[in-house]
Amino acid sequence: MEIFSAGFVNYLISLGIMSGIYAVLCLGLNLQWGFAGLFNAGIAGFFAIGAYVTAILTTPESPNYLGGFGLPVIVAWPLAMLASGAIAWAIGRICVRLQGDYLAMATIGIAEVIRLFIKNAEWLTAGTRGIPNISRPFETLPSPWNNLAFMGLVLALVLVIYWAAERAWASPWGRALRAIRDSDVAAAAIGKDVTQFRVEAFVLGAMIMGLGGALSAHYFKFLGTSATEPLMATFLVWVMLIIGGSGNNRGAILGAALIWVIWSATELLTNRLPGEWITRTSYIRVLLIGILLQIVLQRFAKGLVPERPPRMIDDRPENR
Amino acid sequence: MTALSDFINLYLLPGLVVGCIYALGAIGISLLFGILRFAHFAHGDMMTLGAYLAVIFTANLGWSPYAALPIAVVGTVAAALVLDRAFYKPFRRSPGIVTVIASFGVMLMLRSAIQLIWGVDVKTYDIGIRFPMEFGLLKIAPRQVTIVLVTAALVVALHLFLSRTRLGKAMRAVSDDPDLARVSGINVELVIRWTWIIGAGLAAAGGVFIGIQTKVHPSMGWDLLLPLFAAAVLGGIGRPYGAVAGGLAIGLCQELATYPWFSAEPLVAPGYKPAVAFSVMVIMLIWRPTGLFRGRVF
Repeated sequence: MEIFSAGFVNYLISLGIMSGIYAVLCLGLNLQWGFAGLFNAGIAGFFAIGAYVTAILTTPESPNYLGGFGLPVIVAWPLAMLASGAIAWAIGRICVRLQGDYLAMATIGIAEVIRLFIKNAEWLTAGTRGIPNISRPFETLPSPWNNLAFMGLVLALVLVIYWAAERAWASPWGRALRAIRDSDVAAAAIGKDVTQFRVEAFVLGAMIMGLGGALSAHYFKFLGTSATEPLMATFLVWVMLIIGGSGNNRGAILGAALIWVIWSATELLTNRLPGEWITRTSYIRVLLIGILLQIVLQRFAKGLVPERPPRMIDDRPENR
Repeated sequence: MTALSDFINLYLLPGLVVGCIYALGAIGISLLFGILRFAHFAHGDMMTLGAYLAVIFTANLGWSPYAALPIAVVGTVAAALVLDRAFYKPFRRSPGIVTVIASFGVMLMLRSAIQLIWGVDVKTYDIGIRFPMEFGLLKIAPRQVTIVLVTAALVVALHLFLSRTRLGKAMRAVSDDPDLARVSGINVELVIRWTWIIGAGLAAAGGVFIGIQTKVHPSMGWDLLLPLFAAAVLGGIGRPYGAVAGGLAIGLCQELATYPWFSAEPLVAPGYKPAVAFSVMVIMLIWRPTGLFRGRVF
């Protein structure tokens, strides 16, 4: 059977890996937007920090950038998350008190400053030349087991984050965040430290985004300044979360997988077009994604899997 | 004396010109934020659209960009009215943040449509080499004079519109209190339509000016977004004169920050210019969110 050819299997695996990476980013954004109502329009910044930290820490020495630490992935990924979280904390303390549109402007600014820094600080990041030879876990295994094992790792991480996020959703912490999201004045009146809760959600979300960036750097094995572009890291993640259903962790994962499959499937279609149209029609995809976002916003405002209040863990009648 | 003339010709004048362009974009962002209560993230891409509409006439028909300017303005206004009807009007009664997400979508759509139609290459208007005019220390390119004068004329026209006409007064009333304006019989939809006409028209003019000053490329709208928001916040949301002052201030700050103030090195490396706008914006949002001209905070 032709559909079981090696190329097709590898294509399916790559779909799984990319959907998984986007699911990580969506879960991180859901923690900020779905839980706490924090409009982060600078996902690309935290994604890029995670990607660059792990790339610098794990690659062999090079004259082009600060490298040669040769750390294993299991050390570098937590450090990448910590770096994203630390920068989010530094900025979050100042910015999370801003609401709605203002936080969106500020986070766009953060991402742009990070992008400028990565582009200009060549001693650290190799600038536009990029960082090659990033290792991928399990790459020494024979094909397709190497990709399959990496996909397994990515999907396992998605499950772990999903499990933790579900626990958080039902926990007192998650309830406090939703209360703050729906009315910060009311939450403050019953004694919740609004700023502290917001900073926590912002930092945790940014750490998960940093992990997404780290996964992507090791998957592509090369990291250039294109990783900091807002289209793929910021807007696509927003579209995925809104279409999947913000405030619902399953919706975040479903949105990531669905939009990534649509994104890749349209690439297959447009690649069959003749000559010069190939380069231009890649923009038709963005146009279609934009229209899809508008349709979902207007017709299914809550997304495909709407937000649901958590199931009470203690469901005995006397405690209802 | 060359140091002074360099300061004026290489930092102060370019800052003023860039500031005029920012002001034209920021007026729209400020008015729209004041009246429709959302940050319009597609505004930079409306400037890009205006710049590319002018490309049609300069590249294909060999027109001067100044002749193409009015047509670009009309085309961008028409596009803005269609986009408002299709993508923003359904959310008039929704929380503002939903409209912001819709404007994200419009931003993606506008930019991809521009890339689809015109490609991703950099375009110029090809206005030929014009020698700068010299006045003592000053060395001014004719296009700089035109940009500053046309911007000044547009701002005066806007002032007359807002202060002398019924519609302009209605617009300020809606910006101050939309519910009060509605119960006093003001046609809010008409006011919104005119807000788009003014905002998109000025944005298109600013976009064409960028093309005249430097070049036109599809991602310029995204690069403009940060200084435009910084200018609108600095001036005060809903305050068109504040947006003009904010635009000029941000343009001057960005250029002057790259001047070698304390040593032979630029104070801020030119690559970090947008970081200057970002810093001004964050400081204003924390320290005085109403801006210099006592705007609104939502």
